[in-house]
Amino acid sequence: MDDVISTEAIEKIIVWVIFLIEMQDVWKTYPNGTVALQGIDVRIKDGEFVYVVGPSGAGKSTFIKLMYREEKATKGQIVINDFHINRLKERQIPYLRRKIGVVFQDFKLLPKLTVYENVAFAMEVIEESRKKIKPRVMEVLELVRLKHKARSLPDQLSGGEQQRVAIARAIVNRPDLIIADEPTGNLDPETSMDIMQTLLEINRGGTTIVMATHNKEIVNSLRKRVIAIEAGRIVRDEQRGEYGYED
Amino acid sequence: MAMKTSTLSRHMREGFKNLGRNGWMTFASISAVMITLLILGVFLMMAMNIQHLVQTVEKQVEIRVSLDVTADDATVKKVEGALKKLPDAAEVRFVSKEEGLKNLKESFGDKRDYLNGLEKENPLPDTFIVKAKTPQQTGALAQKIEAIDGVKKVNYAEQTTKKLFAVTDVIRFVIVAFIIALAFTAMFLIANTIKLTIIARRREIEIMKLVGATNGFIRWPFFVEGALMGIIGAIVPIIVLSVGYASLLDFVEQQLALYFLHLLPIYPLMLEVSLVLLGIGAFIGIWGSLMSVRRFLHI
Repeated sequence: MDDVISTEAIEKIIVWVIFLIEMQDVWKTYPNGTVALQGIDVRIKDGEFVYVVGPSGAGKSTFIKLMYREEKATKGQIVINDFHINRLKERQIPYLRRKIGVVFQDFKLLPKLTVYENVAFAMEVIEESRKKIKPRVMEVLELVRLKHKARSLPDQLSGGEQQRVAIARAIVNRPDLIIADEPTGNLDPETSMDIMQTLLEINRGGTTIVMATHNKEIVNSLRKRVIAIEAGRIVRDEQRGEYGYED
Repeated sequence: MAMKTSTLSRHMREGFKNLGRNGWMTFASISAVMITLLILGVFLMMAMNIQHLVQTVEKQVEIRVSLDVTADDATVKKVEGALKKLPDAAEVRFVSKEEGLKNLKESFGDKRDYLNGLEKENPLPDTFIVKAKTPQQTGALAQKIEAIDGVKKVNYAEQTTKKLFAVTDVIRFVIVAFIIALAFTAMFLIANTIKLTIIARRREIEIMKLVGATNGFIRWPFFVEGALMGIIGAIVPIIVLSVGYASLLDFVEQQLALYFLHLLPIYPLMLEVSLVLLGIGAFIGIWGSLMSVRRFLHI
């Protein structure tokens, strides 16, 4: 009797168990003709911490946006968890997003809501029961060390504190993956390190983190996997890599 | 799919909050709905009353046969003989000009004195009231009567109702066109107001999408906002029409004492009109919000 399961199938199963993100020959061309990504192949393991670096306009943002389906790849396959992102129907996107927390350079907090309300908002809009919301929100505020500021408004907080609120909001629904797009871009070095400590702590809890950054100090001091993108291609992919650019 | 009570109350709360966000545009939108529905309401009540009147008139299968004002007794006798000979005529009743004047005076109620002095030179003709055996024969019978020598004029319900319908058809066409145009204006204003709300809330919507709110969840408050504008826009016309119609009934019955003008009683007419106005108001509101949500939410 021949092998019942082919090697190819075994590999697929291994990929599925080990890897959270898999991209195969991913291309992205914008409607205006700009080719942002050409033939991206990458696998990211469950629980990894990955920096995405590269010059401005190299395709970092597109790479990140493809993962939470802000943009759709022109060609290729992207799998995150059980989601075949490129085959996702419009109405399934919300359910993908519930598995992904996104953090931005400009925090994107709602100015009229308190810290507590900003975090609770993410649970309310996916229709979590009220009973669950309060203890979970307090739990994540504790994690980002902002429990005592629960009733403050965003503009009463420092930049670092605001970013921690945004991180709390990103993790409140227990995502498998955190995508951070230049999370320290608006912060001074000391505060940036503080944000990194928060992200590393979340990563230690098992959450995968993919972070696009221009911050040389962070990448070189907190050594993690580095994926460098230039002109739409991955030019470097190293475990415990360096930033590698002079800016 | 059932919606949780907490979710529903959230959508309601958000919808109400949205109303306050663009106060003036909300006010303009609601006003447009109000004007539309007020005109629609007046028209509806008029139409329903005319319909009622027509039905009342149609039930009366009488044919009114008028002779010449100057007709002498011999002519009256001759016509009476001819009428009674008609096989389809079930009943022939003579109403003299004196009797006619008396009836007319009665219909004037308190103001009967205005007609004093007409006795000397009575302008009314002698008439016969003829009833056909069945209402369906009325038209044919009337034609036969018209051919009788000495008959000046024949009136019967069908003629009256035809004239009534000819007039109401025109009115109906003009008013319906007018109402459609107004309803579109109202919808457009509502759509615009909701567009402003969407712009005011675009950051909130962006975050909602980012954390995985479904499109339905994001849309709901805007439907509520639109429906509320439509429903609030219906309430004022309903109140105005109720009060107005009650006074009209009062005026017609007490002041004019026009007993022959049978208006519909306020109930159930007002209930029916209110339901129609609320329904159309909500429809206009929801349609307006749909236009905006589809175009400006991109979800």
